[in-house]
Amino acid sequence: MDAAARATAEIPGIPRDEGGPVFREPWEAHAFAIALTLNQRGVFTWTEWAAALADEIKRAQAAGDPDTGETYYRHWLATLEKLVAQKGVASMDTLDRYRDAWDHAADRTPHGKPIELKPEDFG
Amino acid sequence: MSPQDHHHDHDRSELSETELRVRALETILTEKGYVESGALDAIIQAYETKIGPHNGARVVAKAWTDPAFKKALLEDGTKAVGTLGHVSRVGDHLVVVENTSARHNMVVCTLCSCYPWELLGLPPVWYKSSPYRSRAVKDPRGVLADFGVTLPKDTEIRVWDSTAETRFLVLPMRPAGTEGFSEQQLAELVTRDSMIGTGFPKAPGAAS
Repeated sequence: MDAAARATAEIPGIPRDEGGPVFREPWEAHAFAIALTLNQRGVFTWTEWAAALADEIKRAQAAGDPDTGETYYRHWLATLEKLVAQKGVASMDTLDRYRDAWDHAADRTPHGKPIELKPEDFG
Repeated sequence: MSPQDHHHDHDRSELSETELRVRALETILTEKGYVESGALDAIIQAYETKIGPHNGARVVAKAWTDPAFKKALLEDGTKAVGTLGHVSRVGDHLVVVENTSARHNMVVCTLCSCYPWELLGLPPVWYKSSPYRSRAVKDPRGVLADFGVTLPKDTEIRVWDSTAETRFLVLPMRPAGTEGFSEQQLAELVTRDSMIGTGFPKAPGAAS
């Protein structure tokens, strides 16, 4: 995983063990993989990313974030959303619309069935 | 899904706030062509052993050494796992099924959001694949053979489908030659596949 190794070297604070990044929950790995992919596609550099993430963490700390490492990927996700909006990939409105659609999809899907997004989930 | 995000509503699937936002991003980026379908999964799969606390092996090792715990575990998996302070809480319906020389258990599931990743980490790709799901029910012996697992002809194979509200953990048989092993030593022998039922624990000599 060259790309991942580069990312962990250039971005401070990524929770890791001797073998590389570790994740507390599956969604954290998804958020990590999204950032890796967008960097590879040239949407942002790791320098840009590290600065945006540092801003986000500073803002959260000022707002009382306990900064125990448990919230690291929450800041990571907020940074992703912000950069995606800044770079014109998708606006915050669009992100909210898709988030609500997934919420709708989750609500109508019986437990144990895979949750899939359908056109009618966009209210 | 973290415990505090769990709403105890078993009539519906549920996603935490962060899961919703991550899915929103993934969908948009895929639709816009920034992300190829499957490419994220490939990255994530590289970390399948790095996600979640992987406490299943500890649970199994304790059951092998502590008969009272084993009894409690088989009666109510969730409750018994909850008594282990160092093991994170699992969802509400964990059923532990015990392998014996008369019966071998294996588990299948759909992409249920309540896979017990707290105990097993991420489900491997084959586990989520439709060939595995359909064949595991119709031809469990054939599937096990693909995994290099052969069982005596008279061993019954029971397949548990966790598509309902329940998740399953297989309690494999304790390997021979491990008398006097500590819980820690035993835990090192417990593989993920042995807790899904598509493998056996490692033999004591093979442990690193």
